[in-house]
Amino acid sequence: MTGYVIRRILWMIPVLWAVATITFFLMHAVPGGPFSQEKQVPPTALANLNAKYDLDKPILEQYGLFFWHLGQGDLGTSFSNQRPVLDIIKEGWPITAELGVTAFVFALAIGMTMGVISALNHNKLPDYLGVFFATAGTAMPSFVIGTFLVIIFSVKLGWFDVLGWEFGNYRKMVLPVITLGTLPAAYIARVTRASLLEVLNQDYIRTARSKGLAEYVVVLRHTIKNAMIPILTVVGPIFAFLVTGSFITESIFVINGIGKRFVDSVFARDYGLIMGTTLFYAAIVAFANLAVDLLYATVDPRIRYS
Amino acid sequence: MAQAELASELGLEQLATRPERGLWSDAFRRLRRNRMAMVALFVLVAVFALAILGNTSETVQRYSPGLDQDYDHIQEGPSGLHYLGTDNLGRDTWARVLEGTLISLQVGLGVQVIVLAIGLLVGGLAALGGRTLDNIMMRITDLAYAFPDLLAIILLRAVFADRDLPLVGHDASQRLLVIFAISFVAWVTIARLIRGQMLSLKERDFVIAARSMGATSLQIVFKHMLPNTLGPVIVAIVFGIPLAIFAEAVLGFIGFGLPPPTASLGRLISDGYAYIRTNLYLVMFPAGTLAILMLCFTFLGDGLRDALDPRAR
Repeated sequence: MTGYVIRRILWMIPVLWAVATITFFLMHAVPGGPFSQEKQVPPTALANLNAKYDLDKPILEQYGLFFWHLGQGDLGTSFSNQRPVLDIIKEGWPITAELGVTAFVFALAIGMTMGVISALNHNKLPDYLGVFFATAGTAMPSFVIGTFLVIIFSVKLGWFDVLGWEFGNYRKMVLPVITLGTLPAAYIARVTRASLLEVLNQDYIRTARSKGLAEYVVVLRHTIKNAMIPILTVVGPIFAFLVTGSFITESIFVINGIGKRFVDSVFARDYGLIMGTTLFYAAIVAFANLAVDLLYATVDPRIRYS
Repeated sequence: MAQAELASELGLEQLATRPERGLWSDAFRRLRRNRMAMVALFVLVAVFALAILGNTSETVQRYSPGLDQDYDHIQEGPSGLHYLGTDNLGRDTWARVLEGTLISLQVGLGVQVIVLAIGLLVGGLAALGGRTLDNIMMRITDLAYAFPDLLAIILLRAVFADRDLPLVGHDASQRLLVIFAISFVAWVTIARLIRGQMLSLKERDFVIAARSMGATSLQIVFKHMLPNTLGPVIVAIVFGIPLAIFAEAVLGFIGFGLPPPTASLGRLISDGYAYIRTNLYLVMFPAGTLAILMLCFTFLGDGLRDALDPRAR
């Protein structure tokens, strides 16, 4: 098991290197440089700026320099606000994490409840409603959901704020969390329902019923516990949803997390910040996938990694 | 003869006399019984017709989506003059939403064409071309899992921005480049699916039988294996359409979409969002249209999956 974990972590290095390489050459292929868009910069000043950030060097040398600095734990400087990229990420990531974790908890609570209700009322009205909402939830674009939520609850009813994020302040939390969490919630609901239906058909459930156990004991002890395992497998994809969802949600509600920084950095051709945010996201997704695989092995003793 | 007698002895006339139905007619029958999928199909056909008419016929479109500005009617709600109202420059929302709908459909379908081509090539080669190719394919998949989709799409789109393809005009090349940016990221899913299908089909009895009867590799691949991958591939393609439409809308929404004055649904939503306190219609119509498009394709995909693989229910 330890060997497996070490191998998985070592395998992340080439993957992250590849992500960094692709991002590096892609962003240098984007037309225009970091200092070429705003008001005309005098040519000498432009040359000085380019020299300061090594932008006048050949591209391969810049590429080498990036990894040289990265090896020393330095992600470089953001051009647009003259601060170390690492500081910006340190500042932004708690916000993104708060939003992501709250949305994840929301999705888990709503999704599993909906899935259980659907499965226990298989082919009855609650099931049809549940399946409809789960399908609609996976299909609705998050910014459409966000837009309609803002129209109804902020503009018309005035219950919540239109923008911003503040952990602990419900006026700034409810709408972003629902916007980000609806897709994962719908996804979890579908998987929970399918998994429960599968377990409810097993022989040991029939045995439990036939020996006269109360229905709630059958459901709580014998069904839900066993139905949990497939739900765990979708946690990996859900992390990916939360990542991509985060920069849409952060853009809608003007939240200064990593997601919005990434979008801004591509606009500004802010090479350092593009590299930093992309690598950060890739690393998060890689670690999340590893954690899910390990969790999976702990929950299901039939799975062994070697 | 003996078979018919045997059938009647076992009481199987019903089975024997049932007209023979192939996989496809059977699947079509199942699809027709799925009410949600049929409603979705009907709505999609209507939207399709409207989008094409709205971008070709003056009587349906009524105004130029990008250029006609009616300064006497700015920020108005729906009226006989402007069916869905006007924006802050007096442009007709009806015409702009129709243009955006057509773009969404073009992107959704265009991406699938490219994705299918790349997916068949790469997936097929990985499954049939030996270990080295397969290993390369799996490493690319690892990479695609580590690289969040939309991040890559946004970067690619930024790379392509302001460039034009030869031969086609500026407008068409911008649309094509958006399609390319999304396709270059989206093909991995289909390639993996085709690889998996091909690998499992390769070991099936009917393929071994065909081979032992002397069929050439080309015959086996094209006559025996490809037709059998079609079902899951069709389902994946249909589910891919709303994902591509979503990706294009996100690009438009965060400002990396088609350059103005072209109105894609994502840009219309983001533009309308700025006026959310004064003119709700501006954001409601494009958002509603996008939601309907994505819902219908998803319901159709659900129906197709149930129809093509009855065991999956």
